[in-house]
Amino acid sequence: MLSGRVWKFGDNIDTDIIIPARYLAYTDPKVLGQHCMEPLAPDFAKTVRKGDIIVAGSNFGCGSSREHAPIAILAVGISVVIAKSFARIFYRNAFNKALALLEADICDAVNVGETIEVDLTTGLIKTPRGEVQAKPIPSFMLELIGEGGLINHLKRQLEERK
Amino acid sequence: MLDHFTPNKDIQSAENCKIIREFARKHGITHFYEGGACGIEHALLPEQGLVGPGDVVVGADSHTCTYGALGAFSTGVGSTDLTYAMVTGSLWFKVPESVKFVCKGTWQQWVTGKDLILYIIGMIGVEGARYQAMEFDGQAIEELSMDSRLTAANMVIEAGAKNGIFRIDRKALDYISGRVQRPHKVFESDPDASYRKVTEIDVGSLGLQVALPFLPSNARNVEEVRDVAIDQVIIGSCTNGRLEDLEIAASILQGKKVAKHVRCIVIPATPTIYRTALDRGYFDTYLDAGCIISPPTCGPCLGGHMGILARGERAVSTTNRNFVGRMGHSESEVYLAGAAVAAASAIKGEIAHPREVV
Repeated sequence: MLSGRVWKFGDNIDTDIIIPARYLAYTDPKVLGQHCMEPLAPDFAKTVRKGDIIVAGSNFGCGSSREHAPIAILAVGISVVIAKSFARIFYRNAFNKALALLEADICDAVNVGETIEVDLTTGLIKTPRGEVQAKPIPSFMLELIGEGGLINHLKRQLEERK
Repeated sequence: MLDHFTPNKDIQSAENCKIIREFARKHGITHFYEGGACGIEHALLPEQGLVGPGDVVVGADSHTCTYGALGAFSTGVGSTDLTYAMVTGSLWFKVPESVKFVCKGTWQQWVTGKDLILYIIGMIGVEGARYQAMEFDGQAIEELSMDSRLTAANMVIEAGAKNGIFRIDRKALDYISGRVQRPHKVFESDPDASYRKVTEIDVGSLGLQVALPFLPSNARNVEEVRDVAIDQVIIGSCTNGRLEDLEIAASILQGKKVAKHVRCIVIPATPTIYRTALDRGYFDTYLDAGCIISPPTCGPCLGGHMGILARGERAVSTTNRNFVGRMGHSESEVYLAGAAVAAASAIKGEIAHPREVV
């Protein structure tokens, strides 16, 4: 069970907000994390704590295919992003990088800064005002998270073939 | 293809590019486009015949969906998915639902594929086709140029789509023949294919479009956008850096001057487009008008380099995204349009319809 403080963002949080393109030349996740959400919330990277949770509206992660987006979110210690819906490429990239995502519309059900609990295996979210059932994560995608992402999964596959 | 920060923007990006250059050399990569051979990927691949009908294309760039104009299933992925595909030769996909846009009528003067796709995104929203395939069909599509089809397919991601797809007609076959050397197969939609939704569009009533900040879905007829003074114009990118766009821009800029306070940057998308534009005399037109001509690069589209906006500055751009801070400062603004509106706006110094300047 994960437990973390809530950060709230709106609809259509695009990849240029998550990590502006001027930082794409950097490869150090720590540096990318320092600029996470910068155009919308310049203080986010400074005040976010390990284990915190991002809650957002629809179409989170729309825009570019840059993996810097899930990398930056992971780098600041976010444990899970819960959004009403996710853009397609971001959804794949996040799981490939072992960032957990849950689809649930809880923006109006939680307040900024309060602590919520999340069970990734069942998709159950416990807020101070009650429980919300998110769409459960497909089992093979949960495995990806457990393995630390697609590259680790691929390495294990190649190892097994030897 | 090192198109995003080419020519090398700074030391950090130069170092990254060097890693790829050395990898390409070490492994003898055939299709590595260096120096004066380098162009914007999504313009260069179709032009060089590297993508054909029936192909399954994955690319680590969201605008990989461009090749749907050539009858390919083509979609953007992250670099990890791309690595997996390169190592194993396979990748998992969920078959998307399809939505269809049947276009009829006669195109108005100046109106192109950019206006069609901005209008559609305006109609269905930035997640209106999330995880779906957008299919374009109808008699008006047959009249649309290949450049315009590539533009429309390029921006389906801006409606959240997984891919866009155009039917391969005589015009498409003419474009492909002589370019695509590999065997390829033309697929057609089944006559009884099911669609989540079919939308009819009368292009006869489709005017020139402008998408206001900060979403591509904020599309309006250009006539509705009044008194928006601008600082910069970009004519280029994987969306609109093709010959048709440069031709339209030249026809409007011919004998005119760019407004004194405006920087108008023209970016031919590939070396071939660059040379053709030069040979046709478009460069004289641009230079006489006071434009800047850039080498092929993604550059300013993503706020990379070669035309970054300062706080409070506004651009009209033929690119694909107008998100917050996309082209520079978080308090700058990008208005998306086709080449006709971009060129007209450069002359007037504010967002304008071509008929206001020619």
